Amino acid sequence: MAALGIAIGGGNWFSALALGVTLLKCLLIPTYHSTDFEVHRNWLAITHSLPISQWYYEATSEWTLDYPPFFAWFEYALSHVAKYFDQEMLNVHNLNYSSSRTLLFQRFSVIFTDALFVYAVHECCKCIDGKKAGKELTEKPKFILSVLLLWNFGLLIVDHIHFQYNGFLSGLMLLSIARFFQKRHMEGAFLFAVLLHFKHIYLYVAPAYGVYLLRSYCFTANKPDGSIRWNSFSFVRLISLGLIVFLVSAVSLGPFLALNQLPQVFSRLFPFKRGLCHAYWAPNFWALYSALDKVLSVIGLELKLLDPNKIPKASMTSGLVQQFQHTVLPSVTPLATFICTLIAMLPSVFCLWFKPQGPRGFLRCLILCALSSFMFGWHVHEKAILLAVLPMSLLSVGKAVDASIFLILTTTGHYSLFPLLFTAPELPIKILLMLLFTIYSISSLKTLFRKEKPLFNWMETFYLLGLGPLEVFCEFVFPFTSWNLKYPFIPLLLTSVYCAVGITYAWFKLYVSVLTDPPVGKTKKH
Amino acid sequence: MEKWYLMTAAVLLGLTVRWTVSLNSYSGAGKPPMFGDYEAQRHWQEITFNLPIKQWYFNSSDNNLQYWGLDYPPLTAYHSFLCAYVAKFINPDWIALHTSRGYESQAHKLFMRATVLIADLLIYIPAVVLYCCCLKEISTKKKIASALCILLYPGLILIDYGHFHLGFALWGVLGVSYDWDLLGSLAFCLAINYKQMELYHSLPFFCFLLGKCFKKGLKGKGLVLLIKLTCTVVASFVLCWLPFFTEREQTLQVLRRLFPVDRGLFEDKVANIWCSFSVFLKIRDILPHHIQIMISFCFTFLSLLPACIKLTLHPSPKGFRFTLVSCALSFFLFSFQVHEKSILLVSLPVCLVLSEIPFMSTWFLLVSTFSMLPLLLKDELLMPSVVTVMAFFIACATSFSMFEKTSEEELQLKCFSTSVRKYFTCFTFLPKIIQHLFLMSVITMILLTMMTVTLDPPQKLPDLFSVLVCFVSCLHFLFFLVYFNIIIMWDSKNGRSQKKIN
Repeated sequence: MAALGIAIGGGNWFSALALGVTLLKCLLIPTYHSTDFEVHRNWLAITHSLPISQWYYEATSEWTLDYPPFFAWFEYALSHVAKYFDQEMLNVHNLNYSSSRTLLFQRFSVIFTDALFVYAVHECCKCIDGKKAGKELTEKPKFILSVLLLWNFGLLIVDHIHFQYNGFLSGLMLLSIARFFQKRHMEGAFLFAVLLHFKHIYLYVAPAYGVYLLRSYCFTANKPDGSIRWNSFSFVRLISLGLIVFLVSAVSLGPFLALNQLPQVFSRLFPFKRGLCHAYWAPNFWALYSALDKVLSVIGLELKLLDPNKIPKASMTSGLVQQFQHTVLPSVTPLATFICTLIAMLPSVFCLWFKPQGPRGFLRCLILCALSSFMFGWHVHEKAILLAVLPMSLLSVGKAVDASIFLILTTTGHYSLFPLLFTAPELPIKILLMLLFTIYSISSLKTLFRKEKPLFNWMETFYLLGLGPLEVFCEFVFPFTSWNLKYPFIPLLLTSVYCAVGITYAWFKLYVSVLTDPPVGKTKKH
Repeated sequence: MEKWYLMTAAVLLGLTVRWTVSLNSYSGAGKPPMFGDYEAQRHWQEITFNLPIKQWYFNSSDNNLQYWGLDYPPLTAYHSFLCAYVAKFINPDWIALHTSRGYESQAHKLFMRATVLIADLLIYIPAVVLYCCCLKEISTKKKIASALCILLYPGLILIDYGHFHLGFALWGVLGVSYDWDLLGSLAFCLAINYKQMELYHSLPFFCFLLGKCFKKGLKGKGLVLLIKLTCTVVASFVLCWLPFFTEREQTLQVLRRLFPVDRGLFEDKVANIWCSFSVFLKIRDILPHHIQIMISFCFTFLSLLPACIKLTLHPSPKGFRFTLVSCALSFFLFSFQVHEKSILLVSLPVCLVLSEIPFMSTWFLLVSTFSMLPLLLKDELLMPSVVTVMAFFIACATSFSMFEKTSEEELQLKCFSTSVRKYFTCFTFLPKIIQHLFLMSVITMILLTMMTVTLDPPQKLPDLFSVLVCFVSCLHFLFFLVYFNIIIMWDSKNGRSQKKIN
């Protein structure tokens, strides 16, 4: 402890921030945890007590293993520590087992693996140019960025209250981005390949990675006007990249290929049988679409244009994950969402190809890919917004325009996570932490860009302020009204539609700023 | 203030930590028949709500004083009464007479915790923020840092009890230090009427205000101020005690409940002189009761006399703060019937001097939390304690870079060592010694904590570790008493010499 004290006493603010948030995470141990806790306990049990050949077949619990093999191996490694805490949690048939030691172990496993995230943030901070650095420590972009990442509200509540392992996965992603900034492309590519085999949701941002590596790494030079120089193509680089991806995939999927289980693995990884929207509508395009459908059907019923008997009974908001038929608008199929996602991503990817702007351009494309998939994807979880929020933090300390987009995206995205925590003891925590993060992020970025024009126009200010009354209505007023029993879904509906507007707006604004941004060559002439 | 947002962040952080800690277990959870302080608070709500005010402090068939009878001054009782109204609105079972004894449920816990958080938010936290904003001669950054550290002080967070009296006392300090004397004395009277333990702080208030009156001249402005102050104090006391002044017996009974002199010299294991001394000699059994009272009174009086005289003669806000510390510490160490939680009354003024002597204050605050270790373990608060102590330590170490601030000047010992050096010229090793002492004390505390948690005490000495904890803490507190008295006694010389230099 004395050594620790001396390390901190030396003015090392970064370790103080990291340690501080780690301690806060420790305080969150006794809070509510969701079924994801049981999911991960079950995976620990499966990987520990069954041979590899059984991992993707085991179905005693309804929470079957549906992450790629590296994550399974990760659970396997954890289980060898877990056995010293409580042997019982490693029994596949011990459903919903949660002793206090299991809780402690699981929570600490998240806190410890977050070390990778902390390291990644540290690396990211090195990539930020400190030209505008103020004299005060609290006004330096590095300081602000590390607070925005380390103390990220979404990560705190999703990982340390709701329970998931997003911290170290996001760490891997941030680290690979940082490596691109540091021109260590091979390492970045390797990290991303590994990440893909930890959690396949990162496939959504793979186009950005692929195009960027091909365009800016495999082609070693540009023409003076910024367009591609075809003869500068380096086969060595392409082959070594391919080799990396191939080797990582071989290590991950190889054993299952040998066991002839690949189809089974893939059927677990991509369960298309689930519904368009998750139990709670993620605030994306489909939430708006479904809400519009709902409104139209209500209007139709009122005007007697629709036959009440033909309306499907399954209400979208009843909280079940199932196939769902829209009433008025055409129903959406997985293929349609897939095509929509692709179309939404394409411009950003084209932009990355035709107007390469180095790692910063790559980062923008990555965020757009993540956001586009969030907007139009099939069965999107509200938690997936973190995929865009975290990399966006890196951009936010660079330019005032990005800061403004970041703040709208983060605030609405974080607010949309509120329904994840619905228990009374966690209500003050989520409100306090949200206020803490939001007030800090808005004020610090305003201070950073105080010489430029204001970050928000009146409309954006009004929208963001509206979140306050919305929260008051949903959590403090509505439960006491008579509608609570008749229409219990209204708070969720309002939250998701309100947030969907903000996120769509942020997505749109970011797209506009990327597409209208002049290429590097031209900006230099100015 | 341009950096108001950092202050907001500090406050929000303090609130978050308070709430997350409150999700843990509470005093006496699931331990019939007596439960703990939690049940005491609930029981007071039950009593005050269901019984007429005349019966609150009297033993009756409805009010068994042996079972957590009301033994705090009237304001606390009124406060319980108010909370009971809210409780009744939510769930009448919580405060039903007789049947609600030992009532425990998740919802009720949430309610009790919320009352504490709201009270903190209304009284204590604004006082801390305002106090730090009014601090003179330090940068905005330091003001925010000290607010953060004070709000993160683990002792107040872990002992789950609405610290209204401390909040009001803080308002009192605030008022008196910035020349809003009437407001300050009113707030302090309220504090005393919340908890009689606030008398620990009363002498410095009295001496400081008296000193101010003397300074203004007892024949002119001073007299006016004195009369005003007296009126304020008397009026606020009368208002608080009005329902109990109707009969003489009522007043006497309340006083008997407030000062239970028939109890022992000390209870449980408390880190004061008497408890530590009884390791060697069982004073409680040897000496008769009234002599115990006399001895403790004499010791307390003698130990706080110099500082109080000094304050009366040279009243200054700085001297006032330090006298608050040393007086409260004297009371804690020597007075009769001290509870281990009373150390919080010393910690509060120490928090106030945090920005002036960061190193020593942090050290003291760590020791004070450590001294409550047996209590915290009893309440199953090990994990939150360790976490909050580390967070507090990191906050203090980072914001004040306290390890670099151990020179004589920064320890405020410059004058003392100069005057000692007149006799011993080689007296230059003080900062070094203090640094080493700090290191040793931290190691001792860590080792003792680990031993208490992991080892089983030998069968012959079941209280071995808790007695050790008390003994070690008591040694620390004695050292701090000497240190703070040195600062107080050598202070004005410092001021004068500085003026001369200027």
